[in-house]
Amino acid sequence: MNVVTNNKWIGQRTIRPDGVDKVTGRAAFAADTNMPGMIWGKVLRSPHPHARIKSIDTSKAEALPGVKAVVTARDIVDFPVDKSVMLGIQDMRWMCRNVMAREKALFPGHPIAAVAATSEAIAAKACELIEVDYEVLPWAIEIDDAIKPDAPILHESLKFEGKPSNIAGRLEVKKGDVAEGFKQAEVVVERTFTTRPVHQGYIEPHACLVSVAADNKTTIWSSSQGQFMVRAMTAYLTGFPQSDIRAIPAEIGGGFGGKTIVYLEPLATLLAKKSGRPVKMVMTREEVMRATGPTSGSKSTVKIGAKKDGTIVAAQGTFYLQAGALPGSPIRGAVGCSFSPYDIPHVLSVGFDVLSNRSKVAAYRAPGAPIGAYAVECVLDELAEALKMDPLELRLKNAAKQGTKAAHGPVFPRIGYIETLEAAKAHPHYTAPLGKLQGRGVASGFWFNAGGESSAQVNITEDGNVVVTTGHPDIGGSRAAIANICAELLGIDYRRVSVLIGDTATVGFSNLTGGSRVLFASAMVVTQSTDKIIATLKERAAKIWEIDPEAVKWENGAAHPASPNAGEFPPLTLAELAAKAPAMGGPIGAGVQLNTEGAEGGFGTHICDVEVDTELGIVRVIRYTAVQDVGRAVHPSYVEGQMQGGVAQGIGWALNEEYIYRKDGKVDNPGFLDYRMPVCSDLPMLDTVMVEVPNPKHPQGVKGVGEVPLVPVMAAVANAVHNALGKRFYALPMSPPKVLEELEG
Amino acid sequence: MTELRYLAPSSLDEAIGAFAAAGSAARILAGGTDLLVQMRSGVLKPGLIVDIKKIAEMTAIEETADGGFHIGAAASGMALAEHARFGKVWPGVLEAVNLIGSKQVQGRASAGGNLCNGSPAGDSVPAMVAAGAIVTVQGPNGRRQMKVEDVPAGPGRTNLLPGEILVSFTLPPRPKGSSDAYLRMIPRTEMDIAVVGVGVSLTLKDGVCTAARIGLGAVAPTVLLVEAAANALIGSKLDDAALNAAAAACSAACRPIDDKRGTITYRTKVAGVLLKRTTAIAAKRAQEN
Repeated sequence: MNVVTNNKWIGQRTIRPDGVDKVTGRAAFAADTNMPGMIWGKVLRSPHPHARIKSIDTSKAEALPGVKAVVTARDIVDFPVDKSVMLGIQDMRWMCRNVMAREKALFPGHPIAAVAATSEAIAAKACELIEVDYEVLPWAIEIDDAIKPDAPILHESLKFEGKPSNIAGRLEVKKGDVAEGFKQAEVVVERTFTTRPVHQGYIEPHACLVSVAADNKTTIWSSSQGQFMVRAMTAYLTGFPQSDIRAIPAEIGGGFGGKTIVYLEPLATLLAKKSGRPVKMVMTREEVMRATGPTSGSKSTVKIGAKKDGTIVAAQGTFYLQAGALPGSPIRGAVGCSFSPYDIPHVLSVGFDVLSNRSKVAAYRAPGAPIGAYAVECVLDELAEALKMDPLELRLKNAAKQGTKAAHGPVFPRIGYIETLEAAKAHPHYTAPLGKLQGRGVASGFWFNAGGESSAQVNITEDGNVVVTTGHPDIGGSRAAIANICAELLGIDYRRVSVLIGDTATVGFSNLTGGSRVLFASAMVVTQSTDKIIATLKERAAKIWEIDPEAVKWENGAAHPASPNAGEFPPLTLAELAAKAPAMGGPIGAGVQLNTEGAEGGFGTHICDVEVDTELGIVRVIRYTAVQDVGRAVHPSYVEGQMQGGVAQGIGWALNEEYIYRKDGKVDNPGFLDYRMPVCSDLPMLDTVMVEVPNPKHPQGVKGVGEVPLVPVMAAVANAVHNALGKRFYALPMSPPKVLEELEG
Repeated sequence: MTELRYLAPSSLDEAIGAFAAAGSAARILAGGTDLLVQMRSGVLKPGLIVDIKKIAEMTAIEETADGGFHIGAAASGMALAEHARFGKVWPGVLEAVNLIGSKQVQGRASAGGNLCNGSPAGDSVPAMVAAGAIVTVQGPNGRRQMKVEDVPAGPGRTNLLPGEILVSFTLPPRPKGSSDAYLRMIPRTEMDIAVVGVGVSLTLKDGVCTAARIGLGAVAPTVLLVEAAANALIGSKLDDAALNAAAAACSAACRPIDDKRGTITYRTKVAGVLLKRTTAIAAKRAQEN
């Protein structure tokens, strides 16, 4: 591994600054915050999958003693359906209809009204007293039902090919001439795959506490992946100016993309405004499962053609992704990422955004990319079989590298995909013997990664320690990594650096935690801020020594003369210079705000072994190795943690996770008992191999690492199941009844 | 708002008095691992909760002079696991009880609660049925005994009379060459609810099965005692023909539903598979006794 070894802290497994609070229960999550005079908000939700709301009568609820406020869609800022208003990747005309049903209830669990009362029980009772006159409409849950000619239309204003349609959007990525490409192919494999919507499954349900003062100054404590996102969306949906809203990020108990939009904050703000009391709202797990997330279910057809020597000449993919009840499925990830690991001359990749009467999807770890990779990497496995080639050899032969023009547009700089394939091939796992009914599969994956806006302030305390404030909620160990970087640059012990997440009033705008952007972006602004501080420290030492600032170097936490020519002076430490600060120009600190650029995509290659109980249909993963180009592992434990977490989620997606619907269009398993995410005992130790090909456009070589690890997993598992049984499964999840049915049938 | 009263009496008479007086609004709290979940989800809104864990008899675990066991209805899974002798004599019952919920839940969950919850998928119930457990119940009209398989009446319902509380399980003494086992099918490895559960208790003499009882869970409205499957094993050396016949009898006894946890076809097939596997474990244990 090409690890740079002269670092003292970068690459070290330092103790995370938020660790003690989390293991002792002291960490304050959103639901831990309380205020004097606080009351409770509850949401009335639609029992119907699809219904026109003819009227809502809240008078009985309002008359109930203890009820302090009721809000409905009338209280939310309306964004007309015919005009797009974008905030990041979210369109406010859909967000306003997601937080509260407007013309129609579009899925069971869709908010209809919200109540604030002096107790949770009174608020719940008041919800029961709200009278809603629904005109129940026909509904569609599955993709095929939603796109058939006579399907019930969710949004009449949305048209596809000139007619009202549940296809809300189409995205195409094209390179070369795919028809021409397939003419050159000697072997072609084409298959259709389906996957089910899966929830992010964060442990902490959505929660917030909102206080609105008499002058509208508003404070929001909430669990989210972006306090600035919370501020902006709440401002849009309530009509409050952003400057009146202070959004304070609580510790976050998992998000995985699912907390990149708001559900409760605008409702609690309006309830707090109306009631004059702080309002707390906490979702139940059932509400989380019925009305938030998940990622899309999908139907994909992938066709890949190759020469007999394994050279891939053409590839085509069609990806239908469920958006839920409002547009916005992650077709970009499926369309754009699926073929990117390969150097293919002719590619056509098309995605469709399909509406149906289920909860609106939210981002989930490399949104869309795992869905696309599942289809592509399974087809590659069949292609390798048809060509009698080792599946890693097939990938190596066609691997994208520096200079390859990716199907989704860019020309790759130095990337580490080939290194992941070679590391996988060389890993003892790849050649370990397999037992009876055991099988091995491989798969690769790509995710774009992201940069974007980030702000940081680095301050030297009077006693010569350091406080760093950044603006992205820490969801994967970013504070620990930032401490390593700042300590490295200043040449001090990492324990002297405190890293905090600021709120919207105390740190500059920072885009949300998502896209695997946080360490990439915040390390840039922290590095630049720290560099400015070091320049100041050197200037001050130069002044004391009466030499030129260029003749001063900063090393091991102190200023030194750069060379004997500069003169002989004892070093001036950070603490000494901090103590002299008042007399030498004042406080030492620096802040930097950037729209960061240079994020490079990440690649992973995974090896999965399974064992199948053919009498019960149970697939168990018995060994797993995830190899990933991680750029630079600033804090290896949290890089490995990201890789393991992604794999665990992918195994759940592959084997058991799915929403089960009742005949009335309602989810029948809205809880962790029957929505079966893996538990620890379901998984073997998930081994990780970090390949470090530093990002040349980043001061520490950082690449995003959080999302890539989910991308290859389902294909790796499916390919392993095929290897074990000689049978291919084209639908997820490969749950016991389905596996047994396939084996018997 | 509905008022909820909580009582934790130290005597059974006091508990029965309060429980019977409150009628259908009252619920018994043993470990609470079902009751609290049902209350939280809004399925149940009891007016009175009678906590029976303060009553000594309810949590006692006692090996009788003849080698049988009395287990208080509210004895926790963890207490049973820590008992020096119980797991040696009834390893199948113990493993079934210890499958109720997670480690943390085991500190509370009890076989009595599991039975009275009335779920056809309760893990301890098929094992108790296979064990031939007799339960003691007590109500306003005194004590009586029932076979454990007669307690469930249907999903969420029991044949206990109004005001009656399940007091204890009595497990019979074990002849030499006896043992038991419990297996369940779940998609995960823990923290799940049985899609099918099979309890087998048997006695071997010179390699021949001389007695057997089989309990089958999650395949019908109540846990089943499958006598036809037991009869297929009794008198055999547990050879393939006997096992196949017993497996077929288990599958034939199934009257399952299609639901979120499994299909009719799947449950029916798996009942037979699990019968064979569970029998093999019980037989191996019996040979060692």
